This record gives sequence, C-alpha cells and structure tokens, in this order.
Amino acid sequence: MMENLETLVSEALAQVAEAGDARVLDEVRVRYLGKKGEISALLKSLGGLGPEERPKAGALINEGKQRVQDAIEARKSLLQEQVLNARLAEEALDVTLPGRGEMPGALHPVTRMRRRMEDFFLRLGFDIAEGPEVEDDYHNFEALNIPDHHPARAMHDTFYFGDGRLLRTHTSPVQVRVMKAGKPPFRIIAPGRVYRCDSDLTHTPMFHQVEGLLVDEGITFADLKGTVAEFLKFVFEVDDLPVRFRPSYFPFTEPSAEVDVGCVSCGGKGCRVCSHSGWLEIMGCGMVHPKVLEHGGVDPERYTGFAFGMGIERLTMLRYGVNDLRLFFENDVRVLSQFA
Amino acid sequence: MRFNEAWLREWANPDIDTDTLVHQLTMAGLEVDAVEPVVPAFSGVVVGRITSCQPHPDADKLRLCEVDDGTEVFPVVCGAPNAREGLKAPFARIGAVLPGDFKIKKAKLRGQPSEGMLCGASELGMEDLIDGLLELPEDAPVGTDIRDYLGLNDTIIEVDLTPNRADCLSLRGVAREVGVLNRVPLNEPAIEPVAPRIDDVFPVTVDDAEACPRYLGRVIRDVNVAAPTPLWMVERLRRAGLRSIDPVVDVTNYVLLELGQPLHAFDLNRLNDGIRVRRAQAGEQLETLDEQTLELRDDTLVIADGQGPLALAGIMGGRPSAVSADTRDLFLECAFFSPLAVVGKARSYGLHTDSSHRFERGVDPALQARAIERATALILEIAGGRPGPVSGSEDAASLPAPAAIELYADHATRLLGSPLRNEEIVDILQRLGMDVSEQGEGHWRVTAPSWRFDMAIEQDLIEELARIHGYDRLPNRVPAGTPAGNTQYEHKVPLRRLSDALRDRGYMEAITYSFVAPEILAQVDPDHPPLALLNPISADLGVMRTTLMAGLLTTAQRNLNRQIDRLRLFETGLRFVPGEQELTQQPMVAGLLYGSAAPAHWQSKPRAVDFYDLKGDVESLLALSASEDFRFVAATHPALHPGQCARLERDGEIVGYLGRIHPRLAAQLDLPADLYLFELILEPLVTGRLPRFQPVSEFPRVQRDLAFVVATEVAAGDLLELVRETCDERLRDVQVFDVYQGEHIDQGYKSLAMTLTFQDASSTLRDDQVNALVEAVVSQLKQRFNANLRV
Repeated sequence: MMENLETLVSEALAQVAEAGDARVLDEVRVRYLGKKGEISALLKSLGGLGPEERPKAGALINEGKQRVQDAIEARKSLLQEQVLNARLAEEALDVTLPGRGEMPGALHPVTRMRRRMEDFFLRLGFDIAEGPEVEDDYHNFEALNIPDHHPARAMHDTFYFGDGRLLRTHTSPVQVRVMKAGKPPFRIIAPGRVYRCDSDLTHTPMFHQVEGLLVDEGITFADLKGTVAEFLKFVFEVDDLPVRFRPSYFPFTEPSAEVDVGCVSCGGKGCRVCSHSGWLEIMGCGMVHPKVLEHGGVDPERYTGFAFGMGIERLTMLRYGVNDLRLFFENDVRVLSQFA
Repeated sequence: MRFNEAWLREWANPDIDTDTLVHQLTMAGLEVDAVEPVVPAFSGVVVGRITSCQPHPDADKLRLCEVDDGTEVFPVVCGAPNAREGLKAPFARIGAVLPGDFKIKKAKLRGQPSEGMLCGASELGMEDLIDGLLELPEDAPVGTDIRDYLGLNDTIIEVDLTPNRADCLSLRGVAREVGVLNRVPLNEPAIEPVAPRIDDVFPVTVDDAEACPRYLGRVIRDVNVAAPTPLWMVERLRRAGLRSIDPVVDVTNYVLLELGQPLHAFDLNRLNDGIRVRRAQAGEQLETLDEQTLELRDDTLVIADGQGPLALAGIMGGRPSAVSADTRDLFLECAFFSPLAVVGKARSYGLHTDSSHRFERGVDPALQARAIERATALILEIAGGRPGPVSGSEDAASLPAPAAIELYADHATRLLGSPLRNEEIVDILQRLGMDVSEQGEGHWRVTAPSWRFDMAIEQDLIEELARIHGYDRLPNRVPAGTPAGNTQYEHKVPLRRLSDALRDRGYMEAITYSFVAPEILAQVDPDHPPLALLNPISADLGVMRTTLMAGLLTTAQRNLNRQIDRLRLFETGLRFVPGEQELTQQPMVAGLLYGSAAPAHWQSKPRAVDFYDLKGDVESLLALSASEDFRFVAATHPALHPGQCARLERDGEIVGYLGRIHPRLAAQLDLPADLYLFELILEPLVTGRLPRFQPVSEFPRVQRDLAFVVATEVAAGDLLELVRETCDERLRDVQVFDVYQGEHIDQGYKSLAMTLTFQDASSTLRDDQVNALVEAVVSQLKQRFNANLRV
C-alpha cells in the first residue's frame, strides 16, 4: 500500500508539473485528491490495517496528499502569473506616442504682465478701478490741471471725436472719477487701454497703462518712493534692483518724478536696450497736485496722496524680451502661443 | 535744448568732468538725452599757412601750394577755389587721420608731389560755409593743433526739458542751474546799453497790451548783411543745431540761445506807417519765412504795419519784410508776448519754431531790455551799422508779477516725509534766486525771480527743495494702513476666471485696436453706425468698434494667411455703441473658432469644429456663474448664418450671439465658411450666485428613455422646457441622447430621444407614479408640439 502511495504521489506530481492550464490542473486535482480521487481512496483502505499501523499510515497518506496539494497551488500561481504576463504583454502600448485632448491656449503677454502688476497692488490692499475709454476733455485734461492749450497737451497727441469727446490719452482720468465717486482714503490702480495719435516703430496708437492712486492722511513722497521701489523689485524679481527717482513734471502731480531702474538687460553696464545709459525709464509719478484733489472733491489741507502711471507694454517687452512693440497688436498666434 | 559744453563752462564752470555734469543735470530734472562730440575724431591737423600758390602745369583746376606747418614747408596740390598765397587754413600733415578713417599719405597728383592736405570745414566734420578751404583768421598761430585752436575737443549736450522749465531754454538758464547745483558763480557777459548814434525811431502801437505787455524796437541803419559771421558764433550755432544764415539772423539766433529771448529783425525799408501789434482780421494773409501763405484767424496776434500782417507774433516772421541780401536798415524787435496769447497758435497753423516753443512756455519778462542791447552790440560788432534809441511800448500792469508764496517747513515735511533743516531750506531757495523773508520760526514769504514764473504755489517751492536736496536723499517707506470696506464679492466671477477658462479650453487671447475700418463694421454690424474719429491714424482705423467680432475676424484673416489652420481666439474689452442719448461703452467677451475640433492626434480622425463645439465653450463660461437663468434661442445676426445662430438670453435680456459665420460675410472677407463666432456682454456672465446646499436623496433613481417624432423645425430646447414644466421637482434631469432623421422617419420629421431621471426626496418612487409623470409628458408634448411617442 505504501509503495502504491509513493507511486501515486510521483504520478500526481508529474502530472501537475505538466498541466498547461488551470483546467488540466483541476482535472489532476480531482483525479488524485478529489472525493473519489486515487490518493483519497487510500485513506478509505486504512480500515484494513492494524490499529498500531493505522496512524502512521494515515499520516503518510496525508503528507503525500499535502505534497500534491502544495504542488497544485504552486502550479496554479505559476499558471496565473503566466496568463497575466501574457495579457500584460499584449496590452503594452508605445507610451512615447502623444496624448489626446485640448492643450491650454495663452493669455496675451500684456494681460500676463498686467496681472503681475495687479497682484502686487492687490497684496497692498489696492482695488482695481475702471473708467471709460471715450472720455471728455474735463476728465482727461482739465481736472488733471492741464488747461486748454497747456504745452503738456501737445505731448499727448489726442484722438478727438469733434464734439468735446476724445479717447483718453492716459489712465489718469480714472483718478478723478474715483475720487468724485467716493470718500478718502483711496487706494486704487486703474489698468486699461489708452490712445495716442502716433504710430511708428516705437509707438502704437493704442497701448496700455496702469494708473495708481493712494490718497489718505499722512501720505508722503517717501511712501511713493517706497511703494514704487518695492513694486519694481517685485515685477522684475530682482531684490537689489537699482531704482532712481528723477525730478520731472506732470501737471497733475507735484513734486513729480520719473523713475528709472538699472537696465534689466545688461545689469546697468550699458547696452542697446538702455541706449547705453545703464538705466531704463519705467514710469512717471508724483504727489497728487492740490488742484486735482480739489477737482476730486478731496480736501488738500487734510489729505495728501501719490499717483503713478506706467505703460504695460514697456514692462512686458523688458520682462519677456519682446523686441517689437507692434507685435502686441498683430496677434500672430505663433507669438501669442509663447505666453501660455 | 542743445548746446556745447565749452560755452556752458564760460558761464558756469564747476570742477567736475563731463559725465558728472551730465548725471547732475539729469538728476536735477534736466534730463540729458544725448552727449556727443562736436566733431568726429581726427588727428594730425594743424593751422597751416599757404606761402605760395601757383597753377598746376597739367590741370586747370588744381594749384601747387607751398604750406608752412610751423616747422617745415610742404608741397601740396590743392583743388580749392579759395587757395591763395597768405591764406591760413587747416593743414592735415602726412600721417593725419581725418573723420571716416581717412589717412593722409604722400601722393602725386597729375605728376606733382603732394605731402599733406589743406582742409575745408566739412572735411573736419563741421559745416561748410563757403566752397573751399576753411579760412582761418590772420592771427591764427601756425602749427597749432586745429582741434585746440577751434575748440573741437568739446561735447554737445542735449537736454530734454519738461514744459515747466522754460527758464532753462537758454544757455543762461542751464548755467544758472549748474551754478545752483555746484555753488559756483554765474559769469554773465557784460551787457552795456549801446549808445544811439541816430535819432530814428519807428513808431509802435500795441492794441492788445495783455497779449503783448512789452514791445521794444530799435532802428539800426547801414548794416552790412554781407559781412561774415565769425567762426566762433557759427560754431556755437552749429553745435546747437542751427545753420548760419546771415549776421543779423545769426545774432538773433545767438541771443535766443544765449539768453532765451526770441528777437526778430525786419527790413526797415519794407515797413510802412509804423508797427501795430493787434489781432489778425479773419482771412488776412501772411507769407511766412518758410514760404507758406497762411490764412489767419482772428484769434491770432500779429505784428502788422499799415499794409497788413508782417509776422505771427512770437512765432514766425513774414518773408516780404524779412532781412535779405539787399537789406541795409533794420528794425529789431524784442518783445514779451504772454504765453496765453501764443500757446497753441503755432500748432494750429502747423508751425513750431524756437520762438513759439519759448513764448508758449514763458520767457523771462525782465529780459527784453538786456536782450536788445546784447543783440545790438553783436550786430554792430559783426555787421556794423548806426543804432537808434530803444523805443516801444510797455504796460507794466500786464507784465506777469512773481507771486509771494507762503512757505511752511512743516508743510514741506508733510509732503516729503522727512524734515529739511530750516537753514537748508533758506539756502536752497536763495541759491535759486528767490527772495526769502522770514515770517516766523519755519515760516517764510518767498518771491521767485523773474525767470521762475513757474513758481505759483507752496508745492512748487517744496518740489524745488526736494529737487535741489536730491530725490535720492529723501527716504523710502511702504505705506501702512489697511483698506476699509469689501470690494471682493463671492458671487461675482472675476474676469480673470473667464479668461482662464477660455485659455484652458485652448483659446489664445488677442488684443486688437478699439478702432477699426468702417467697411468691416458695415458688414458685421450694419445696424449700429459707429462713432468716427476726427483725426484717425489711418482710414482703416477710423471708427470705434461696435463689436469685437471685427477685430477677431481681421486677426483670423492675418493668421490664416500665415498658414495657421486651427484658430481659437478670444478678446475682452469695450465695444462702443452710440445711442440716441449717449454712447454705451460696454465690456464684452468675444471668441472665434476655426479648424479641427481637437488638436491633431495620431489615433483620432480629425473633425472640424461645429456649432456645438462653440456652444460648449460658451456653456462652460455660463457654468462659472452657476446660474440657471441662461437660455439659447434660435435667432439671426447680420454676421452669422441664419440657420446656425443662437441668441443667448438671461432673464429675457440679450447677453449676446453665437453661431457660424454668414457665408456671404465669409466670402466678402475671404475667410472660410466654417468659422464660428461668439460675442457676449460681460456683466451677465460675471454675476453668479453663492452655492446653496441641497440635501442629497437616498432613494433610488428611476430612468425612462423616451423617443418622440416631431417636425424638424421644433427646437429640442422647447421640448425639454415643456418636459420640465410638466413634471414637478421629482424630475431630476432630462437629457437628449439621440437625434435621428432618415429611414423609418418621414421626411420633414426627426426622432428625438431623451432620458428622464426621476427621484423623490422622501420615498421610493413607485412605477405608477413614474408612469403618471411620463404619461403627462407624452400628452403635453403631443398637444403642444404634435410629438408622437416612438414605440
């Protein structure tokens, strides 16, 4: 009987090893270990043995059964593994082929820079204000202390409609509108389109400015200088950016200043971008002229304020290395797509 | 304002180099635009003297000269017509390098040796006044380097002045500033009154003393206008950018540069009956020096005589009365015209002159008497003549008087953010020529000098204090304080969000001009006559856009011409729609879609965009506001295909239009016909609502698919709306899942299949409840749209 067991186990193990798939393997299991299986049948024949032989023989049979069972399990895992591997191989893709779906488009570079500028001032608690682009003479000039025939008007190259209306030449009229509409303190920036009747290599008849206005008690030229210097460092991400303030003249501010930064292209050594001066003129600013405060209904005895204005295109060109202003309004998608 | 540094240093000579001087001017608000050498680099040229001059044996136009350079005598072949024995002229020795890297070598000209070159002015980078050699004065020291002798180691400085600094539109003004900044004295040339040698006076009447508070004149007889202007003056004029004309004009220009006072010289013998300063009569004509004939308006101040206008006051003289080669006797004018009388006038006649530039901004009202003496003396020195007395008209009351301004130290601190010492305040003001009288501790009464007519209010003085103290020496501070009030509302969708949504759906943002060609607007939006510019930059930028579609279509044209085959563009900005009462300036968002629906992909078949791609993009914008009030309605729009155009409404108000380009417009603009556009008013898109929590039902959903056959023209939207109306809140959703036309459906009909999803908030729906709802839907659709349930 025991010889028989050895033979059966050997046979079973050989058949397990040969089983090519799960179905054949199961047949092997049924043949040897099933209820009516050949090894199971040996257990039934234990009754023919003496009581002292019986436990030993039973243990031997169970051990043989276990060996076959383990072999079946192992074989099963192996077969499953093989099936999975075959499937995986079959499902393999060329992952270097491109993916599917829409790619992001792009914001206009001027919008991109404008947002950056807005972000700085939003952080400082400024709000964004807007004003009409078709303006009247009063808000564009008169209220900004630029009376009729003031020489400063000649610098503005205004587009007119012939009925007293005009296209705003700067974003400064928003200052007056904001002041008239509310009560101090004011902290606003006003980005937007402005227009001048000028078109050549370095001028387009429409461009963008950001106006800023801070009116409160105790605002000084020092606040203006500090704010502007911090802003420029933020925009250009240069902590030690040289910033200088030069006396200048705007009818709506006094004292007035032009602001230069050390050339971001050459680091101040002098290059084509800065006309070899090492400096780039970036913006105009100053303390709000008392007449402008009065036009805005603000008491200049109690409040002081600063204002600034700058062209967005110029900063955009410097920041992204765009070398031709006119590109901004051609909207060539080969250019736009570079500003995703 | 352009001038040469050496001249400036005659007036004020601080011990600093050119770079420092230039930086100092810029930082004082006199922005230096350019610094350049007065002539290009050259070397090896000295004062030479022609010791003999013989005809060339083999060339008619050449001469054989012997030239003494102070150490040796050289043979020089010269073609200049004025080469003659005894003449002193610049001599380039062998080895000299002239501008343009022109090297002087030994040469033979027509067989004759030539060792060096005699030079004309232009060969040294200056202006030729005569054809030939530059004639040097008799006393020019032979052998001296010509750069030293002519002062050519000098720079031209160009200052870009702001309109308030008219006081610096002269050498005197800039020098004054340099003096203030460096605490060096101003060396003004002595100006003595010229004693009259004749009694002749030409009568002057001023009709408008407010416009012309002072008009001085002087007769000078027997002037030799053929006399040469001395080289030093010609050079200073040239370095300032002015050409030499004749000695009289040169002197008036010189005094204008030197002192800042425009003068005008008339040919006395062409004047009749005396000068009258008056308003022009409308229609009077004047031929100006630049030979245009102007028709004058009656707002224009003129200098006239009995026959009519002679000159535009403060702007430009007339040609007939101007000094010419025949002139012997002069009437020299030196006036003060009020800026208000001159401002804008030159521009209105298309003119801009050195004179108008100064009078518009303001001329020192105390300057005229000195300037006419200075000019007289120079004319006499150069061109001779016999002067009469200065005469004229003056209305002292109309002359601008400097304001007395109260200045408080604490006001300066309040504006500048840091206190200046009282001593510094007084010192700065006094250096600037102000009269300062102390009224109390930290309180002064300040009167500006006659040339600082820009000083009117206390802030003007404070700016001067800051300027001279130095902006860079004032402190920096970031303002403290937090803004009050809320300006960020959660129910508002920021414009940025809309732009980002479009960007993320593949759109690129365009920024197009707000003015467009009237022709394209007439095609795209014929119902709204646009606002036209009076002075457009060009005809194709002549009118304000009434729709953003115009700019996008033009942008599409441009890109499609550049081999771009897929376009997704958007723009935000104002449209300008004139109304009966007023102009509407309305923020819009517009988009344009063309080409394949998705980026090219190796696996997918390309599909061209269609209306529903467009609509999907628009719907994605609407979804940002989380509002359910939007509605699409079949509509027409002049730019859009009548069968593929929808109007978007919110609560019955028009939000905008979307659709395929009208094939006629596409053809007119040479654009493809499968191009899609939308344009929406921004305001309804950015007004959303706060989320409002709804409890989630735990009871099962029941779905029913229904297909209806309806006439083709019945809108799915109408059917769905009726379904929603018919059911109550138990209908959670209804979606179209198929639209079919063709086999089994009669011509003129379509099958529209929809899924209705029902769910109750508080119980499981029974079949009979759902059936009742479905039956109601079927019956309503039948009744209203003759829709038959397909079975």
